[in-house]
Amino acid sequence: MNSKLLWYIIKRLLLAVATVWLVITVTFFVTRAVPGGPFLSEKATTEAVTAALEAKYGLDKPVFQQYLTYLKDIITELDFGPSLKQRGREVIDIIGDGLKTSAKLGVIAAFSALAVGVVLGAVAALRRNKIIDKVIMVITTAFVSMPSFIMGSLLLVVFAVKLHMLPANGSTAEGLILPIITLSLYPMAYITRLTRSSMLDVLGQDYIRTAKAKGVSGPRIIFGHALKNSLIPVITYFGPMLAYIITGSLVVEQVFAVPGIGRAFVNSITNRDYPLIMGTTIVLATLIVVMNLISDLLYKVVDPRINLE
Amino acid sequence: MTKKPFSQHVDLDMFIPATSAEKEYMVQMRPSSTFFKDGVKRLLKNKVATVCFFIIVLITLMSIFLPMFWPYSYDQMLGITPGRPVDPSYNNLAPFEYGSTEQERIAAGESVFPHIFGTDASGRDYFIRVIYGTRISLAVGFFASIIVLIIGLTIGSIAGYCGGKVDLVIMRIVDMIYSLPDMLMVILLSSVLKVSGLEQAIEGTVLAKIGSNIISLFIVFGVLYWVSMSRLIRGQILSLREQEYVLAARATGAKGGWIIRKHLIPNCISVVVISTALQIPSAIFTESYLSFLGLGVNAPMPSLGSLAADALNGMSTYPLRLVIPAIVISLIVLSLNLFGDGLRDAFDPKLNN
Repeated sequence: MNSKLLWYIIKRLLLAVATVWLVITVTFFVTRAVPGGPFLSEKATTEAVTAALEAKYGLDKPVFQQYLTYLKDIITELDFGPSLKQRGREVIDIIGDGLKTSAKLGVIAAFSALAVGVVLGAVAALRRNKIIDKVIMVITTAFVSMPSFIMGSLLLVVFAVKLHMLPANGSTAEGLILPIITLSLYPMAYITRLTRSSMLDVLGQDYIRTAKAKGVSGPRIIFGHALKNSLIPVITYFGPMLAYIITGSLVVEQVFAVPGIGRAFVNSITNRDYPLIMGTTIVLATLIVVMNLISDLLYKVVDPRINLE
Repeated sequence: MTKKPFSQHVDLDMFIPATSAEKEYMVQMRPSSTFFKDGVKRLLKNKVATVCFFIIVLITLMSIFLPMFWPYSYDQMLGITPGRPVDPSYNNLAPFEYGSTEQERIAAGESVFPHIFGTDASGRDYFIRVIYGTRISLAVGFFASIIVLIIGLTIGSIAGYCGGKVDLVIMRIVDMIYSLPDMLMVILLSSVLKVSGLEQAIEGTVLAKIGSNIISLFIVFGVLYWVSMSRLIRGQILSLREQEYVLAARATGAKGGWIIRKHLIPNCISVVVISTALQIPSAIFTESYLSFLGLGVNAPMPSLGSLAADALNGMSTYPLRLVIPAIVISLIVLSLNLFGDGLRDAFDPKLNN
């Protein structure tokens, strides 16, 4: 069993490395398809200047050699090259600055989604088919089927513009409240539904009946037996939730003008700042791949019943 | 005549006409039902799914037929008449308000078609823009799902049927694409495809009207989203190809392509249809997301996402312009999801057991 687990971990690690490599490769060759190459802006320059620029960024070398250099720079020193539009700044510095804000936003959103979602899901499961269960299910269904930018805009209209309760600009600490709520609503609704269905599943198990027959008190059954086992599916959602929060923050940061990595990414698209687009894609993709890996491994470790293919 | 116990002769006594009481047994109590009929019956019993189905049909029909006889078009700026200065009274009208020349015509006793949702900042009728946006979003969702279906079906069935090394290679590729962060790749590919000559390539064709962004969205869907579909189909075919009827077909000399087309695909068709139906809302989501980032449809063509994105600027003064596309997107996605769930409950035979 242990060697099987080890083999599974090795397999998943290899897949993760291959995926990150694929992301870097796709990013590199796709941005190379841009006319004139990603490192040159569209301004007309003299041939001498173009040649000098190409020499500076190594664009005069064969494509495959450029690819190897790019790969080597990323692996050895996390060097994604300079930004095109923000003169004098390295891509990795811009990403680092943005990540600080975005990480704060994402972590708080993830944990509040988890806390609220688990509680609501457990309440819905324990009060199954009662009015509170129905209300929770209707609300979460609505949240799941609404794109995050629309949710964000609506919250912005209601709380910032009409009621003046919270600031619309996300650059202050208070201003982060609305973006956090926006980001956490979808995962919160999803976790609620997940917890509800797995809790219902667990409550129907024999060991719960045994515990009841033994005379264990209600809260003890829920917290000691049911909740722990019904949280296993929630662990698998951890990776996808992070992916959602990262990509969701691209638009949410745009809506609320939060100076995070998502906004840097979106701005880099509109500015056609290719080195920044490439760098952000690679960093965010790696983050998502690593989180998916951790959540999958955790899932197998937590629940020994899971079949390792 | 006495009958020998082991004689092969027919015993004529066994062939007397049936009595009317015996005939009663043979009456068909109810017509035999097919799998499809059963499924439809189960689906109709599901009230939520039925209501959602009618909402989808209604929205689709409206988006197809309303623009045909609506007096305004999606890109017509009502304040602009050739040879006259721009009439700003048409811009930013509230619902059921009229521009200055229209008010003159009403005063003169003419009837003027109302602007149900008002007009936008450039004086375009907002109702027809929402209808057009719905049309674009639905079309994108539908065609993207078809593309995903075709690619996923082909690759999945080849992997499932061939097995062995072919399967191994295809599945490793699928694994890798599957773990790619899709949204980031979609954004990257569309942002690059937008400038890399796609515009010139499609110029002059029908595709030019749809815009390079939507084409690149289709390309991206074709490249990235087929993996989960092909995984599903491969799993289905892996279990189906061990069935006896496949062995029988092979024994009578049927070729691989024939077996896939005539035996395997028809047997997993319900699973395929269901996951295609559930693919549509996710494609609509992706399109609205990309339109919001400015990577969606080309102006002046609206989509629900781009309408919402445009409305963000004047959000505090004209919140209705944001709320309307928001409600329409949510309604479409919600009904498609609920209908897809109902479809799965009704047609997936594995869930019935």
